[in-house]
Amino acid sequence: MTTDTAPTDSGATDTGPIDLTYKAFSPARTFAMVRRYWYLLRSSWPRTVELVYWPTVQMLMWGFLQTYLNQHSGFFAKTGGTLIGAVLLWDILFRGQLGFSISFLEEMWARNMGNLMMSPLRPMEFIAALMTMSVIRLTIGMVPVTLLAIGFFGFNIWSLGLALAAFFANLILTSWSIGIVVSGLVLRNGLGAESLAWTVMFLLLPLSCVYYPVETLPDWLQWIALALPPTYVFEGMRAILIDNVFRGDLMLIAFGLNVVFMGVAVFTFFRLFDSARKVGSLLQLGE
Amino acid sequence: MDQSTDQPVISVAGLAKSFDAVNAVGPIDFSIEKGTIVGLLGGNGAGKTTTIAMILGLVLPTAGAIRVLGHDMLRDRHRVLHRINFESPYVDMPMRLTVRQNLTVFAGLYGVGDARGRVAELAESLDLTDFLDRPSGKLSAGQKTRVSLAKALINRPELLLLDEPTASLDPDTADWIRGNLDRYRRDRGATILLASHNMPEVERLCDDVIMMKGGRIVDRGAPKALISRYGRSNLEDVFLDVARGRGHAASLEEASA
Repeated sequence: MTTDTAPTDSGATDTGPIDLTYKAFSPARTFAMVRRYWYLLRSSWPRTVELVYWPTVQMLMWGFLQTYLNQHSGFFAKTGGTLIGAVLLWDILFRGQLGFSISFLEEMWARNMGNLMMSPLRPMEFIAALMTMSVIRLTIGMVPVTLLAIGFFGFNIWSLGLALAAFFANLILTSWSIGIVVSGLVLRNGLGAESLAWTVMFLLLPLSCVYYPVETLPDWLQWIALALPPTYVFEGMRAILIDNVFRGDLMLIAFGLNVVFMGVAVFTFFRLFDSARKVGSLLQLGE
Repeated sequence: MDQSTDQPVISVAGLAKSFDAVNAVGPIDFSIEKGTIVGLLGGNGAGKTTTIAMILGLVLPTAGAIRVLGHDMLRDRHRVLHRINFESPYVDMPMRLTVRQNLTVFAGLYGVGDARGRVAELAESLDLTDFLDRPSGKLSAGQKTRVSLAKALINRPELLLLDEPTASLDPDTADWIRGNLDRYRRDRGATILLASHNMPEVERLCDDVIMMKGGRIVDRGAPKALISRYGRSNLEDVFLDVARGRGHAASLEEASA
């Protein structure tokens, strides 16, 4: 508590000492940022359509491929909907990171970062708003696609129930960690680093064994794969779809790794933020 | 920490900033008293914007200390950021959001409780009502400046930092903006630090002027005192003397060397 002069609830500046409880984290400021991105999303219907478009195309392509393989291969007929399941879970990972990073990039494109960084908004509140937007964008994009998957291929990912919740939680945590690091790099290096937001996640596509078991990789690469939280999610998905077994142990390992990933990501972001302030890149937010 | 009333609003000591081998600012020392409008003058590359950015915490200094409203800006800038604000034509507002949406978002960020009321109040006083629901990207330069000013006043700041607030505006709009700033200072007892290249603007608004060159403060005084000291008829000629190192400015440079 301090006795500083500060804006009152009405926005007026009181001249006498008032009770100003300093908040290290303010949900109100986080909500203000979420509101800003919501306004933006509402202002542009192509932005909303784009959220659904690519996941739908992906789901249809892999869904028809799965149907074809089921019809012509005894092995694939036994693997249930692993391909279509994999593509839906991959999209949670990919779109989750994209939702986070694109909301961040909107500030760079709008040259609004200076306004934000000199406002009382704290970096953790900014990150929390970006996380919230990533879930909102993912919900808008993925819920219709999962319903289309039921209609087209009879594949109901919602029937996974609690397992789906565990898969989702682990994938979204990884996507946020990567989104945080990418945002820090863009903050430090300007829009020249923008392409990372679109491409960095594809490195995880082969390494986290989205479409095949981890044993498919050479031994040395398996060690890398096993250090990545999504690998356990995709292994867990195959276990439940092929063997009807929910592997809680895999989810716990993924969660443990995610805690480490998140810690490293937040630490890295703050280091990059400080570095941006040192080199003055918050003032030059172009390329 | 409490701020006593006689403490300067801004106090800068030994402030310096280098980018690699290039010395951008300082070391400089200055303080600014409550309720004054102080102009920060200097040519391009004089270090005005970097100085303002360091005061705001956007750039970390290489050396020195900055206190704003009694707080150490290097250690707890977040304790004071809700009491200050900034306006510059070089920082945009999100273009796709309407003026009302932008101001509502910033009201939320600055902790203004009655955001709707405050936006209406600013719309009235800054004449924004006609385009309050228009996207910010579709406004004229003058309208954008008024909106930026509204954003800068959203939290009724005790300290307002302005970087060329009337750049690229027609004389009528620029004069109108100056009138509003002067009124805001008078009504609220606010302190304003103004970086500008517009000498008549500085003469009209500022109580005090800090002249910068090559990252250092070369002179300081009230506009009339500076004009008299340099034996000139207006501040623009004083600015040219400082920029070109002639007349009284040349003797100052010799003395400092």
